[in-house]
Amino acid sequence: MKEPVFIGSNPTAKPDLQQLVREVALGNQEAFAAVYDAVAGSVLGVARAVLRDQAQSEEVAQEVLVEVWRTAPRYRPERGTAINWILTLAHRRAVDRVRSVEAAVARDTKAALLEHQPAYDEVTEQVETRLEQEQVRRCLRTLTELQRQSVTLAYYRGLTYREVAEALALPLGTVKTRLRDGLIRLRDCLGVTA
Amino acid sequence: MTTTELHALTGAYAMHALDGEELAAFERHLADCDACQQEVAEFTATTGRLALASTARTRPVMREQVLQRITTVRQVPPAAAPLERMRRGARQGRGLARWTLAASVAAAAAFGGTAAWRQYERAQDASHEAAQAQRHVEVLAGVLAAPDAKSRSAKMAGGAGTLVVSASRGRAVFVSSGMTAPPRGKVYQLWFADGGKMRSAGLMDPDRSSQAVLMQGAVDGASGVGITVEPAGGSKQPTSAPVALLGVPA
Repeated sequence: MKEPVFIGSNPTAKPDLQQLVREVALGNQEAFAAVYDAVAGSVLGVARAVLRDQAQSEEVAQEVLVEVWRTAPRYRPERGTAINWILTLAHRRAVDRVRSVEAAVARDTKAALLEHQPAYDEVTEQVETRLEQEQVRRCLRTLTELQRQSVTLAYYRGLTYREVAEALALPLGTVKTRLRDGLIRLRDCLGVTA
Repeated sequence: MTTTELHALTGAYAMHALDGEELAAFERHLADCDACQQEVAEFTATTGRLALASTARTRPVMREQVLQRITTVRQVPPAAAPLERMRRGARQGRGLARWTLAASVAAAAAFGGTAAWRQYERAQDASHEAAQAQRHVEVLAGVLAAPDAKSRSAKMAGGAGTLVVSASRGRAVFVSSGMTAPPRGKVYQLWFADGGKMRSAGLMDPDRSSQAVLMQGAVDGASGVGITVEPAGGSKQPTSAPVALLGVPA
């Protein structure tokens, strides 16, 4: 099967995906297959980064992709690119799943979280698209330790910022600021525009 | 929470690291904060890059399954109105906002649920719906958009309420605009009046002055709808006199 290839230039700006999603919105199943080929790997990737479990990640990825089909008529390009719409949906669904699954198993103990600390290294080991991976890895290194930990726990572990504050024994306001500052630094380092 | 504090939540929001009341409060703020919208858009594009860097190999069987599944999944109808423009317009002045609201309620009364549906869309604009909520929303939108939707409006609790009923669907939706918040620790509860009996039809969100609520249970011959103020969590039977009563439009 075709692997998505996003090399070099900013992949989030691919215009043809926008066009494909517009056609999906009109019920075009062939266009959906093309959207699937372009995004399925990233959707699964973000689900697996958060969930770790292959079977659950596939379940969530399937749900997300079906949701893309179902809600394509409501996608609004003025709110952001199609790929960002889809990946945001994927992350939100993965986070919802990890919260519902782990609520029962007391995930918020510090010990349990620290065991999972290598989130980012694990994640990047699995990455297929090496240039994108390399750039993100390099930019994550430009964050302060606190920023990196906060971003990692929130994004890759699906913790709420309150849980991040508890896990790192920091005041809420500090975590709030670290998340925002961390994203500002990542945004600038990755050259993101929106 | 102050505006400055809310403003600083853009990062947490873009990472889905807000929940509960804070999420609701931030989304209310976001709807009217252009700078926040811009920052959230940029942060979302940034986390999109984190996602792309996590790209994984998918199994061919997953492709077959997904392409199979979508053949049985119905797509949602497109959004009805240019919401961005309506919201910006509403922001330009309270007088205009009131006029827009009054106009949409009046239009709801005249044209069935269409305008109420738009109003609902606008109220929902900033919020993200989970899968279950989505199904709920579809039923709700279905009632508002039903060809046989009929509505009745009344002034209440500092604002206005519109009841939209679709006989063919047997369901009702209550749309509120600018209602005064219930006292602390209280909620507005909706009721179907069935003969002499009151049947609970669910609670309204105490934190939103404008909202659309799919009333729980079938209309099923109810002659009216009432709203009472009840302790948080609601009551089995009304414990106070109704703040509003609306006849079910025939």
